[in-house]
Amino acid sequence: MQTKDINENIAWAKINKDVLRSMENPRMGYWVALAACVAMIACAVVAEIYQYQVGMGPANLNWPHMWDLYIATFVFWIGMSHSGTLLSAILHIIQADWRKPIYRFAEAMTLFSLMTAGLFPIIHLGRVWNMYWVLPYVSDRGIWPNFRSPLVWDAFAITTYMTSSALFLFIGMIPDLAICRDNARGWRQKLYTVLSLGWQGDDRQWRNFRRIYLMMACFLIPLAVSVHSIVSADFAMSIMPGWHITSFPPYFVAGALYSGCAAIITLFIILRYFFRFDEYMTIPILEKTCKLTFAIAMVWSYLTLIEFASVWYGHDAVAKEALVERFVGPYSPFFWLMLFCGIIVPFALAFEKLRRHLPTMFVVSLLLNLGMWLERWMIVTPTLAMSYYPFAWDIMWPSMVQWAIVFGSFGWFGLLFLIFVKVFPSVSMYEVKEMVFHRRHYHSEEIATKLHRREGDPQPGDGPSTEGVRS
Amino acid sequence: MSLKNILENWSHYRRGIEEGGHHDYEHMWGMAIDLNKCTGCNACSVACYAENNLPTVGKERLMKGQGLHWLRMERYWDEPNVGGDDQEFQERGGSFIPTMCQQCNAAPCEPVCPVAATYHTPDGLNAQIYNRCIGSRYCANNCPYRLRYFNFYSYYEESWPEPLNLQLNPDISVRDMGVMEKCTFCVQRVRSAKDTAAREGRKVMDGDVQTACAQTCPTQAIVFGDMLDKESKVSKIWAAHEVELGKAKQNKSNKELRGYRVLEGLNTDPSVLYLDRVREV
Repeated sequence: MQTKDINENIAWAKINKDVLRSMENPRMGYWVALAACVAMIACAVVAEIYQYQVGMGPANLNWPHMWDLYIATFVFWIGMSHSGTLLSAILHIIQADWRKPIYRFAEAMTLFSLMTAGLFPIIHLGRVWNMYWVLPYVSDRGIWPNFRSPLVWDAFAITTYMTSSALFLFIGMIPDLAICRDNARGWRQKLYTVLSLGWQGDDRQWRNFRRIYLMMACFLIPLAVSVHSIVSADFAMSIMPGWHITSFPPYFVAGALYSGCAAIITLFIILRYFFRFDEYMTIPILEKTCKLTFAIAMVWSYLTLIEFASVWYGHDAVAKEALVERFVGPYSPFFWLMLFCGIIVPFALAFEKLRRHLPTMFVVSLLLNLGMWLERWMIVTPTLAMSYYPFAWDIMWPSMVQWAIVFGSFGWFGLLFLIFVKVFPSVSMYEVKEMVFHRRHYHSEEIATKLHRREGDPQPGDGPSTEGVRS
Repeated sequence: MSLKNILENWSHYRRGIEEGGHHDYEHMWGMAIDLNKCTGCNACSVACYAENNLPTVGKERLMKGQGLHWLRMERYWDEPNVGGDDQEFQERGGSFIPTMCQQCNAAPCEPVCPVAATYHTPDGLNAQIYNRCIGSRYCANNCPYRLRYFNFYSYYEESWPEPLNLQLNPDISVRDMGVMEKCTFCVQRVRSAKDTAAREGRKVMDGDVQTACAQTCPTQAIVFGDMLDKESKVSKIWAAHEVELGKAKQNKSNKELRGYRVLEGLNTDPSVLYLDRVREV
């Protein structure tokens, strides 16, 4: 049973070869997966064209259910986008180096989740063709968006976060892109040459790189917290019972981290299997990810139960009724399923035997994300079903149009991710080398004493570092 | 602005923010609806349909909840069936509340529209700008009364096939699909009356402007007018029942007075006063 996070004797050349091999011409399974994703997107496109032409009516939206799965899925995708930030930025700052083999695909997941989430505020509009009015541009009529609206804050927050995540992903990839450039031919070589920005791996470049990377990580963490807090403000800033809750910003951020971690586990298992990354995406690293997910699951569970308790013991009779309705009303099966997936299922992550069993972890991670998606739905719909005005109480179920678009969004995400893993290295080669180097020298007393300040720093009198230079 | 000042003058302060400062309003349109006189005949609702180019969405869509009745007649059964079938609804324990946009002075729908398609006019009305609305429906979610309606489809061909389209009111637009709409206190009639008064060099008098619902009501249960004009009928009704604008908690010491505003504890400061039905004890 493997207990070390990574094998300390892996050669650099082997790391390069293993990861670069993942970008070779794909096998049949890849094309099947790609075709499936395209088919899912096609469902969504057909549904959206129908909705665009006919109106929001076919979605079964009605009075009072003016928001439904589109907003719920939007919040879900924004939530999933916190995976990369957590793994990349937060764990980088606390120097948890076990993140090194897995953060690249997590960051990619962040970017693609945001790109998927960004579609939904557009899709859910009644007049989609005017969506650019939400952006502050200088119009000839001098009309600006309403800066007091949380939806406008959403537009700013998400664009900022998406740009920053894309930059973070790209900058972090530069040394890897240089390795790809050195080993590629044809269109790939041209692509990597442009993207690696002339990286030669000399000392000055590495020093600057490390500084920028750390700065971006520090910048991205408050941004991630703020993005999901602002998305929660869509609900918290309204006056509706069940939405107007002060704990929504931290609650949503906790849910986002939860969702992101669970998605990391899912994609970890998939990539490890299909690309034979067993040496890098090791079981101990999976275990650590599972433990992290468990911790976040407990935080989320606590915040959920606190929200219930504060409403239950509070004075707001309408909010209390809305809460009770979630437990016993028409949406209660989904609500209980959400509680089961969100609070009970993560306990599977607490047992080492289960953590090491990959099929179980795969299923568990999918259930956790199902729970998170249901949570978003259970925030949106029951409040609209039963709010302040009894005459407007109504039960509504989404139509096939909504389900098709939600389903298609998973296909869109899948498509982007599939393209990413074949064009870019989904394991960070240079960081894995750093991890192996540090682990190796951790066990070697002699070398550890020779190094001052930090392992890996050059000694006075050493020549320039030769890492990454073409031989 | 001290906290005490804000709490006491919330409505005035809020309007002031909208206008970029504190102004005195020229008019402040308000309504008083006497539920004792209301028979639930729905003539007001039909008049609203006719006046404001409201589409009839059809039975199927209405059952799905996609209706567009700006003024809805709500029926509540607050007492068990006390009378037989030969009696009117009221004797049988039913009550009616005609509800339309309350034109809240501290409207929760206004700050949340992403494109500022809804704002507060200097008339005290909550305006909806149809051609600015992109249909995000946040305003509808934030309205506690659920008095905002959405164009789920494009109704022009279905609701007004030739020659019905000839009876559309030219003073008001027919809304596109994907746009929010709601009662406007017949703002087209208000504007028209103001124009007439300006042309004739006088001020708008009480009775110059009547909303379609007030005009049609057979029992004159709906009274519409300018709250800033102390001599108008509506101001007198508000004053008689000791309900004031700008206050979330009214003085309810006199039990004989029937005036109330719906959900005013949410600090929305609505402009519509309801006079509760006189009930037998």
